[in-house]
Amino acid sequence: MMYIFVIILIGIAFLCSIRVWLGPTMADRMVAVDMFGILVVGITPLLAILYKREFLIDIGLAWILISFIGTIALAKYLEGRKFDE
Amino acid sequence: MNETIGLIIIGIGVAFDFFGIIGLLRLPDVYNRLQAATKCVTLGTCGIMFGTLVYIGFTSLGIKALIAIPFIFFTAATGSHALARGAHKFGVKLWDKSICDKYEGDKGK
Repeated sequence: MMYIFVIILIGIAFLCSIRVWLGPTMADRMVAVDMFGILVVGITPLLAILYKREFLIDIGLAWILISFIGTIALAKYLEGRKFDE
Repeated sequence: MNETIGLIIIGIGVAFDFFGIIGLLRLPDVYNRLQAATKCVTLGTCGIMFGTLVYIGFTSLGIKALIAIPFIFFTAATGSHALARGAHKFGVKLWDKSICDKYEGDKGK
């Protein structure tokens, strides 16, 4: 059952990359990359249960914070402001 | 028993993720896509985390999954707000059938 969930989530992440490829503006691509990060965070606890390796969820916890900082930085760039304001 | 309930909650979370990605692919506009994708994917991933806690109990893995839930809630909401504001200031047009743009009126004040 866990295998099925992990395979479905990986398929959803690939569907997300379609929007990165098609997206007409830059903001569309950024939204899709943000969603991709949260989806990968959702895969990590399932893998941790499946392979009985607890450190895999630590990767998820770190990924949330790094993806948040990346999103904020790209949003400031899109807004046209400098990074040190 | 706990494993069955946990699997059901994880399944609900995966279904919400799927709906969110359908919204990301099918909706016509940046702002519509942002709304659908952020809300559905946040709830879906938090459901997966909570289902992990129910499945495995209060071990160290379950506690870490519980800690991850507020992180996802706050960072996803804040990031999507910043993205919508940045996209509006960058000049991304609304969909032609959108009828209301409150932020455009507030910008001059």
